[in-house]
Amino acid sequence: MPSTDLLKEAERLMVICNACRYCEGHCAVFPAMEMRLTFPAEDLRYLANLCHGCGSCFHHCQYAPPHPFEVNVPRVFDALRRETYARYAWPRFLAPMFQRNGLATAVVTAASCVIFTVAGTVLVGPEALRRHLGPGAFYKIVPHWAMVLLFGVSFAYALLALAAAVQAFWRDCGVPGRHLPASVHNRATRDSMTLRYLDGGGDGCTYPNEQPSMSRRRWHHFTFYGFLLCFAATCVAAVYDWLGHPAPYPWWSAPVALGTAGGVGLVIGTVGLLAIKAESDRAPYPRTGMDVSFLILLLLTSVTGFLVLFFRTTAAMGMLLLIHLGVVMGLFLTMPYGKFVHGFFRYAALARYALERPKSSEQAPSEVV
Amino acid sequence: MKKSDATGLSGPWDVLVLGGGNAGLCAAITAREAGASVLILECAPKDFRGGNSRHTRNLRFVHPHADGIMTGPYPEGEFWDDLRQVTKGETDEALAQLTIRDSADCGEWMPRYGVRFQPPLGGTLHLGRTNAFFLGGGKALVNAYYRAVERLGASVAYDAEVQELEIRGGEFSAALVSWRGATQAVRARAVVAASGGFEANIPWLKESWGEVAENFIIRGTPYNTGRVLRVLLNRGAKQVGDPRQCHAVAVDGRAPKFDGGIVTRVDAVPFGIVVNRQGHRFYDEGEDFWPKRYAIWGRLLAQQPGQIGHVIIDSKPLGRFMPTVFPPTVAGSIAELSAGLGLDAIAVEETVKKFNASARPGSFDPFSLDDCRTEGLTPPKSHWAVPIDRPPFYGYSLRPGITFTYLGVGVDEHARIVMANGEPSTNMFAAGEIMAGNILGQGYLAGFGMTIGTVFGRIAGREAAKLARQRPIHSSEAVIDAVH
Repeated sequence: MPSTDLLKEAERLMVICNACRYCEGHCAVFPAMEMRLTFPAEDLRYLANLCHGCGSCFHHCQYAPPHPFEVNVPRVFDALRRETYARYAWPRFLAPMFQRNGLATAVVTAASCVIFTVAGTVLVGPEALRRHLGPGAFYKIVPHWAMVLLFGVSFAYALLALAAAVQAFWRDCGVPGRHLPASVHNRATRDSMTLRYLDGGGDGCTYPNEQPSMSRRRWHHFTFYGFLLCFAATCVAAVYDWLGHPAPYPWWSAPVALGTAGGVGLVIGTVGLLAIKAESDRAPYPRTGMDVSFLILLLLTSVTGFLVLFFRTTAAMGMLLLIHLGVVMGLFLTMPYGKFVHGFFRYAALARYALERPKSSEQAPSEVV
Repeated sequence: MKKSDATGLSGPWDVLVLGGGNAGLCAAITAREAGASVLILECAPKDFRGGNSRHTRNLRFVHPHADGIMTGPYPEGEFWDDLRQVTKGETDEALAQLTIRDSADCGEWMPRYGVRFQPPLGGTLHLGRTNAFFLGGGKALVNAYYRAVERLGASVAYDAEVQELEIRGGEFSAALVSWRGATQAVRARAVVAASGGFEANIPWLKESWGEVAENFIIRGTPYNTGRVLRVLLNRGAKQVGDPRQCHAVAVDGRAPKFDGGIVTRVDAVPFGIVVNRQGHRFYDEGEDFWPKRYAIWGRLLAQQPGQIGHVIIDSKPLGRFMPTVFPPTVAGSIAELSAGLGLDAIAVEETVKKFNASARPGSFDPFSLDDCRTEGLTPPKSHWAVPIDRPPFYGYSLRPGITFTYLGVGVDEHARIVMANGEPSTNMFAAGEIMAGNILGQGYLAGFGMTIGTVFGRIAGREAAKLARQRPIHSSEAVIDAVH
C-alpha cells in the first residue's frame, strides 16, 4: 500500500478506536491514542511503533473483519512500522532495502559468507584448511588487524546509521531527544527490557491465536537476552585481547561462558519465535520476510558460533570461522536496514510515551455531561 | 463442532441452550459443570457469535469494598435504589432482589472462566465504583466463555437457527433447527432460551412503531430477530414487558443499519442545540447529565419528522465529549452549516439567534448542573446553555439507534418460563435479554443487562441440569455416549 493510503487507513482505524476504547487496557497504544483527537502522520507512526502487533485488540474487536468496519490494527500498524523504518533509513538511498527485506537480508548475508570464505581461502591459502591451536589461532585465518578493521568499521557504521534514523524519527515526533529527563529514559528502558506491553494487559497476548499466551514474550526474552549475552561475550573478549590475551579461550572463560549461554538463548528464542510465527493466525499477523530473515540470521549467527567452538581444535576451524564471520558481517551490515531497528524505534516510541503518558485518567475526554 | 459433527445435532441432550451470548454461555458452563450434556445453538456464524454481548463493555455487581478495579463499595441497598429509580417501580421485586443478591460473586466467578476486568475506560469514570469493565470489551468476554465451554466439553453449533419448538402443556420436547442446509429436530430434556430480543426485526418493530421503524438504526447484532421469543409467546409463554418499549439512543445518521455498536453514538448534545428537519428545537438538551439522558434521545428523534435531528455546536466544546467515529459537518457560518446538513438556513439561523439571545450569562461547568440556562425560550435549555457563536460550527445528523427491546417471557426465581396461565413450565428456562423485562420494565442501568444475563444464565443452567439429571434415561442414551 502506498504511504499515503496506509496513513489514511491508520487514521481511519484510530478514529474508530478512539470512539470505542474497549482495548485501552491491552497496551500503551490506546491510552496514547486517547490523548489525541486528530491523527497526523507523525502521531500515527509513533502509535504504530508503540505497537507490538500482539493481536489482542484484533481478536477482541467487535469491528474486526468480516465486520464492514474492517478494523485490523495489528496488520495496518505492522505495515506502517515498515514504512517508518524505510522513511527514516540513513542514508536515504538505502530505504528500498525495506521493500523486499527478507530477500535483501538473505542476499547480503550470503554474499558476505561467500566473500569471506573465498577471500579467506585465497588470501590465507592452504593454512585455512589446517589445524591451528593455542592463543591467536583464529588470527592465523583472519589477521588481527583485519578483524578489528572490518568489524570495528561495520559495527560503528551500523550504530551511526541507527542513531541517525532514530534521531530523525524522534525529531519528527517532536521529542527533545537530547534533553529528555533521566526518569523518561529509566521508564522507557524498563518498559523495553521487560516487554511490559507484550502481555495483552495481563494474561498474555493473543498470539499465535485467540488464546491468550505469554509464549511470544518468553521467546523474545530468550532471543533478546541471548543476543545481549553474546554481545557481552564479544566485548569481554575484546578487552581480553587488548590486555594481551588473544582468543581462543577455554570453555570456562568469561567470553566463552557468556557466549555459550547467549548462544543457547538465541537458539531457543529464535526457534520458539519462528515456531509460533509459523502457526500464527494470518489475519492479524502478516508473515513478513523481514521478521523471518532476521530470526534466521540470529539463529545462524548462534549456530555457526557453536560450530566454531565445537570444532576449533580440528582442521575445519578455518572454514567454519570464515562462515561464522561472514554471517556476523551480514548481521552487522543489515542491522540498520532490517528487523533489528524495531528495538530502537520501539524504545523511541516508549520514551515519548513515558514523556506524555497521562498522569491521571482525568485527561481523557469525559462523558460526565 | 467436532463432537456433534459425527452424529448431527439430534440428541437427546440434557440441556439445549438457544443462543450463544453471555446468558447462554453462562447457562452452558453451569449446566456442563453440573454434569449435563450441553448443546448450544448459535444462529450467527462464528465470526459474529455472542449476540449483543459482543458490544457490551461492563457489568454491574454488588461488592463490599474498593479493590483494584472498583473505586468503592456498592451495597445491595444502593443497587436496589438505583434500579427502582430507573424502572419507576416497573420491576418484579423478588426477581430484582435475587439478581442483585446473586450478582455478588460475579467478581470471582467470571475470572474463573477467563474474563478479565479492568478499571473504567477513559470517559467512563462515573461508572468506576459500580461497574467492572471487561478487559478488551464484550467480545473478549464472549471469546473467553466459548473457550471455557469447549474446554468443559459442551458442543456448539454455529449458523444454527431455531425455527420452531415442540411444546405440549408447558413441556418442551424438541427444537426444529435449520443447520447446514437442512432442518432437523433436536431433542433435549431441558431447554434454556437465551436468544435475546427482537430489536433487529424491523417488521416486528413496525407492528408497534409503524413505518417510522424503517428509519431506525440497530446498534447491535442483526441476528436478534426474536424468533425464539415469538415462538414461545405463540406457544403459551406469559408475555412480560411493553412491546412498544425499546432502549434507543441518538446515533450518527451515517451509522450502518446493523452492528455499529458503541462508536456510532454522539455525545455532543448537552454542548449545543438539536434541531429537527424544520430547523426547530424540540427538547431541553441540558436537562440533566448526559449519562442520565442519552437513552431518551432515541425516542425523541423517533417522534420527529423523518426520524432525524441535527446537533449543532460551535468550536468551544471540542474535546469535551467523546470523539465521534464519523467527522462532523464543518462550516464557517450557521447558514453554510445548515446547507451542509440539508436544512433551511433561515430557519436554523433564527433558532440559533433566539437561543443565543436567551442564554443567560453564568459560569459554565460540564461537571455540575451549572447555571448556564436559557430564559424565555421554549423548550428551555436548563444547563450548559452557552451561545453558539464561535466559528467554525459543527453539525452531526442523528437518528434513533435501537439497543434492545423490553418484551420478553415471564420467569420465576428458578428461571423457569412462566406460562400464560401462571404455571411455570416443567423444563423450559429463560435467561438474558429474553426475560430481562421481568426486572427492567423500563429505563436502564449501565451494565445491568449483563448482570441479569450472568445471574439468570447461571440459575437456568443449574436448574436445567438438575432437572435433566432427575429425568428418566431415554432409550437413546447411547447417542449421547457416542457424542461425548
